[in-house]
Amino acid sequence: MKALRNYIDKIKPHVEKGGKFHYLHSTFEAFETFLFVPKTVTKKGSHIRDAIDLKRTMFMVVIALIPALLFGTWNVGYQHNLSIGESADIITNFMYGLWYVIPLIVVSYVVGLGTEFVFAQLRGHEVNEGFLVSGFLIPLIVPVTTPLWMVAIATFFAVVIGKEVFGGTGMNIMNPALIARAFLFFAYPSNMSGDKVWIAEKADAFSGATPLGQLMTATDKVDLPSVSDAFFGFLPGSVGETSTLAILIGAVILLYTGIANWRVMFSVFLGGYLMGFLFNQVGGNVYMNDVPAYYHLILGGFAFGAVFMATDPVTAAQTNTGKYIYGFLIGVMAVLIRVLNPAYPEGMMLAILLLNVFASLIDHYVVQANIKRRLKRAKQIAA
Amino acid sequence: MSEIIKIKKGLRIKLQGEADKTVSELSSKKYALKPTDFIGVFPKLTVKEGDKVKAGSPVFFDKYRDNILFTSPVSGTITEIKRGAKRVLLEIKIEADGANEYVDFGKAIPASLNKEAITEKLLQSGLWASIRQRPYSTIANPEHSPKAIFISGFDTNPLGVDFDFILHGKGETFQAGLDALAKLTTGKVHLNLHAQDTQTKVLLNARNVQINKFEGKHPVSLIGTQIASIDPINKGEIVWTVNVQDVVAIGNLFLHGKYEAERIYALAGSEVLKPHYFKAKNGVCIQDMVSNNVTEGKLRYISGNPLTGEKIESNGYIGFYSNQVSVLPEGDQYQFIGWIMPNLHKFSFYRSLFSWLTPNKSYKLDTNLNGGERAFVMTGQFEKVFPFDIYPMQLIKAIMSRDIDLMENLGIYEVDAEDFALIEFISTSKIEIQSIVSEGLEYLRKEMS
Repeated sequence: MKALRNYIDKIKPHVEKGGKFHYLHSTFEAFETFLFVPKTVTKKGSHIRDAIDLKRTMFMVVIALIPALLFGTWNVGYQHNLSIGESADIITNFMYGLWYVIPLIVVSYVVGLGTEFVFAQLRGHEVNEGFLVSGFLIPLIVPVTTPLWMVAIATFFAVVIGKEVFGGTGMNIMNPALIARAFLFFAYPSNMSGDKVWIAEKADAFSGATPLGQLMTATDKVDLPSVSDAFFGFLPGSVGETSTLAILIGAVILLYTGIANWRVMFSVFLGGYLMGFLFNQVGGNVYMNDVPAYYHLILGGFAFGAVFMATDPVTAAQTNTGKYIYGFLIGVMAVLIRVLNPAYPEGMMLAILLLNVFASLIDHYVVQANIKRRLKRAKQIAA
Repeated sequence: MSEIIKIKKGLRIKLQGEADKTVSELSSKKYALKPTDFIGVFPKLTVKEGDKVKAGSPVFFDKYRDNILFTSPVSGTITEIKRGAKRVLLEIKIEADGANEYVDFGKAIPASLNKEAITEKLLQSGLWASIRQRPYSTIANPEHSPKAIFISGFDTNPLGVDFDFILHGKGETFQAGLDALAKLTTGKVHLNLHAQDTQTKVLLNARNVQINKFEGKHPVSLIGTQIASIDPINKGEIVWTVNVQDVVAIGNLFLHGKYEAERIYALAGSEVLKPHYFKAKNGVCIQDMVSNNVTEGKLRYISGNPLTGEKIESNGYIGFYSNQVSVLPEGDQYQFIGWIMPNLHKFSFYRSLFSWLTPNKSYKLDTNLNGGERAFVMTGQFEKVFPFDIYPMQLIKAIMSRDIDLMENLGIYEVDAEDFALIEFISTSKIEIQSIVSEGLEYLRKEMS
């Protein structure tokens, strides 16, 4: 390690102020701090500090995403082979999936991090770790057949418009990964929905629609996938969203480390279930009559959104009370859109983005309650 | 006796090198008064280099409140008046002559004096400076009548001192100090003790006060936490606080008619070879105490505890309000991919690391920031170590944007910088939150005056 450290120390003067390569300062710093935690010490205030930092926090989220990624990768191969009527072993399916998923990840990271580095350099900031997670999320929430250039444009759009214009990680209003997804959804709808996009090199005869897609167009009774298929994720869909089990493993990691807030996660599921249950009682269309409420939680992107997207601390409500309200409304809105809106088969993305916008309003009212309590206390004493 | 107040939120940080319960004597010749210890004071000197002073002789006073005097802890000679940038007065150094001459302020029984007489005596002796007010943590205004006076009789800070030990044999003077303070408020004097750890009769049998018992993790011993759970400060209200050892000094003033600056300090921290308590006068130079009693290598000397203390040099002086000196290793080394390592030797509030598995282990923590400064990203963490009915993140942001109305509404009058020390410790963003809060309080104080 010493040799590496010495090597870095040798380059360092060239990228520091006045050096020949100062324009690479932020990039250099990003790599340096990746390799070595800096030797910065505290100056005043608390002389000792917790061992946590943002890198570790973000990395934990990446670890939590790995089960969904591994399963999703295998499922790409499995769905392909299923559609062409061949059976293949786990390794073959997985290798086939890698062929599609790795390019998605590479494009997402290269474009996203490249953009982040440029912005950090222009602003004279350090590169923020936020994109470590966003860059991992984007490949998991798009159909496997999404052209790479679309992923590149969407990622660029998400980083610039979704995040950097607000000031970077920690300042953004909406979840950047979902902005990328929404961008694709509205800019290239034919590549984002229908029955052709979810399975790589699908045989034409095979129906490749997702259960939610089928439900949207159904006029009478539909064949729902079995609960186990939906829960384990043997269904077509975006790369990482299909397996509720893999997502729940991630959820356990996030909740155990305390990085994701259980209030948000719990209330999203609760809101979704209650809304589905309410629709079941009312009845009216295929969804309301034939789809039990718990199906909403295991189909489509509901679980993925609840665990990995809604819990994004920057764009969620910040107060604990606000988190309950925020999560609950996401669940309600997602199911509402699924069931009642004829244009969108999946409501999770839009529900989260919508509540991202309203999160600070929710917080505002929660904080106002605290303020009123304080004023009341002061008044009681004055009286 | 009232019921026990339980504080559920908080964090216990166990550090290596807690002080052993033995006392040595430090009879240094070098002492200093540091005007920077006193928030909002604009010092005007009454002495010049070479002047002789007695213990209790005025050294400087506050330009804007000229009855608030700051007096010499020892008898001796003013050797140096040290100024910093823009001629800011940093240290007034005094060399002790060993004669131990005291200014005579006259003995008196506090119970027989009225508020004015007690105030006058405290002002003359310089001990008034030991009474601070909330909000702002400035020296109390003698004309105010606070709604209560709070004294915290225990210390849950990392490496915190044991007041039971410090107060041993000082029952009489401590009680006299309490009697004097009781005259200064129309409300109560609250003496806050730990439900189990406080054992000494000096504290438990104190009279003329309301004793409140607390239990819980740090920050339960902080005055701010205690005020918030007993009698929160509303806008316009004022509460005073005094350190335990200053109560003893006040008692000494009335019983013996002199300013006795003697304190018992803890010398603690992982880098101290023999951590223990030592007896010395306020403002003493730590050099003789630490020179042969610390490890090799770069060290951080702190006047105060590791969470809220002030960085001093190895030949620096203990601050006016400190009860201890802490010595920690400096953390100016790189750590290879440290952000991903298990880091079993490091302590964390979070379960991304493993220190929560060993709750009774003591840690040797250095001064490394353990990461780079970032914007606020995580939410909901600060609340877990902040036992106030206040939204800490929202308040911090209101302070950063200098929005006075919002700061007031969110409860800034109830807090002090030290109440945010744990938040600063656990912050993933590594932002200097205590500085933000103290700057915000200073801004507010200037705008409101």
